[in-house]
Amino acid sequence: MTEAPLTDIAAVIRSKNAGPYELTLDIMFKDEKHYRFLKQIDYFTRELFAGLYGISVENILKVVYFDPASAVKCTLVRSLVSGSIGDSDVYGAQQHAPLLFLKVPVAD
Amino acid sequence: MKNDSFKVLSPTAILGYGFPERSFVRGIEKRPDLIAVDAGSTDPGPYYLGAGKSFTSRSAVKRDLELMLGAALELSIPCIIGTAGGCGAREHVAWTEAIIQEIAREKGYRFKMAVIYADVSKAEVLRALGQGRVSPLHPAPQIAAEDVENSVRIVAQMGAEPVFKAMESGPQIVLCGRCYDPVPFAAPAIMKGFDPGLAYHLGKILECAAIAATPGSGRDCVMGTLYMDSFELESLNEERRFTPTSTAAHTLYEKSDPFHLPGPGGSLDLCATRFEALDERRARVSGTRFIPADPYTVKLEGVKHAGFRAISIGGIRDPILIGQIDSVLTQVKGQVSEALGSTDTLLFHVYGKDGVMGKMEPEKNRLSHELGLVIEVIAGDQEQANAVCSYVRSTLLHYGYPGRISTAGNLALLYSPSDIPCGDVFEFSIYHLMQVDDPEALFPIEISEVGP
Repeated sequence: MTEAPLTDIAAVIRSKNAGPYELTLDIMFKDEKHYRFLKQIDYFTRELFAGLYGISVENILKVVYFDPASAVKCTLVRSLVSGSIGDSDVYGAQQHAPLLFLKVPVAD
Repeated sequence: MKNDSFKVLSPTAILGYGFPERSFVRGIEKRPDLIAVDAGSTDPGPYYLGAGKSFTSRSAVKRDLELMLGAALELSIPCIIGTAGGCGAREHVAWTEAIIQEIAREKGYRFKMAVIYADVSKAEVLRALGQGRVSPLHPAPQIAAEDVENSVRIVAQMGAEPVFKAMESGPQIVLCGRCYDPVPFAAPAIMKGFDPGLAYHLGKILECAAIAATPGSGRDCVMGTLYMDSFELESLNEERRFTPTSTAAHTLYEKSDPFHLPGPGGSLDLCATRFEALDERRARVSGTRFIPADPYTVKLEGVKHAGFRAISIGGIRDPILIGQIDSVLTQVKGQVSEALGSTDTLLFHVYGKDGVMGKMEPEKNRLSHELGLVIEVIAGDQEQANAVCSYVRSTLLHYGYPGRISTAGNLALLYSPSDIPCGDVFEFSIYHLMQVDDPEALFPIEISEVGP
């Protein structure tokens, strides 16, 4: 199977708070074809995100495929509530970096 | 026919973020039925609710409001402001109301204004807690009476019902405390008989103004037109457009699940939503449904006081120190431990290592050629926080780590003074749903005549 860097086939890779207790990751694909393939093989699992962020699978709340935007969304539990003592990203806007190094399968 | 459509002008994503006057004027020329704006967010963190302060500047909010009020009065249409002052507590509402009164005085405007408050007393929350009417929004933990007692300020997100009631007296301006973000955009349309699912979905998009357009912007104007079976979105700046993808993608923004969006009294179901191109620049949306919930719940937001903060910022460029930074910071922590009170917290944020992602940082063994260090101390009073921060900073500055050859100092301190008192620290303590029998009762309305 051929692989491609996620950054080559995604238009948007971002993180943000979904309320103060959750962090949500969005990946939007440039081309519906790549999105459909990855959805079909269910590439984006809770286990995948748990591994990338070094957290337990229970802390990955859900992974959702959203066809109208050719997008995948993963929502996880913030290890620290936004703005609480020790938190280092109040808006949760810079937690997407582990996704930038991902190589994903693409249809031949 | 006028009654078959309802036009809503959204000037900006947050009141005070600004917008190009040209876009706004183009919107006004299209004769909207309503100007609405969202002024709030929990994104800036717990401080602003705790301190009763706005995260936007007074001059920027005044500038935006001057244009909006002027246009609303000229067209004789309502202007609705949601989550006044950023957090929508009484202090935030009063801050915004004073700006509105100042504008009215300066411009000689006279109009009727409805103000809706969203503060919830501790007694009210305690009563609800005792009756089992308060439940946490996962993953927030369940709260006890003590958490309610320790909160400094609690607000509830109002639904559309208090706005319906406020609109009955025909106000020009409706100034809302904390409210569900789409409400200012959707409530007047729902009153006129438009579908709540479509009205709230339109509100969800308009509350972020042109963020859902491409290229996106939180500082530009959008017109949303609601019909009985759909709504349309148009950027009021020719450089932007709404495409089916940009419009659909917005549903993901800051939400955990794009198909089900819960709010006061029900949730939006997007499972059958269709996003279509109306032409090159406009998108049409249909099929979104509102599913009423029983019992009716409102979201509570509360914060507690967590101490006082002082910080010091320094850089490290010495590779001998950088190579053993973790152990040096651990040793320094040990050495200063006797100066730390039992309730004091000392944190080191090491930028260039894991300052952004902390424990979730996957690149655990890579270090930059220079590190940025923030020493953070939180204590029970400001004086103690300052004293501990100063002690930690000077200990680290002169600490004799193994192999040290740079014996004059370990930190490139960024400023003089090197230590910065930051004041109050707050933390979110309540993020819960509360069941209510009457969606209006929590939100008192005051009607007044504004102006000379």
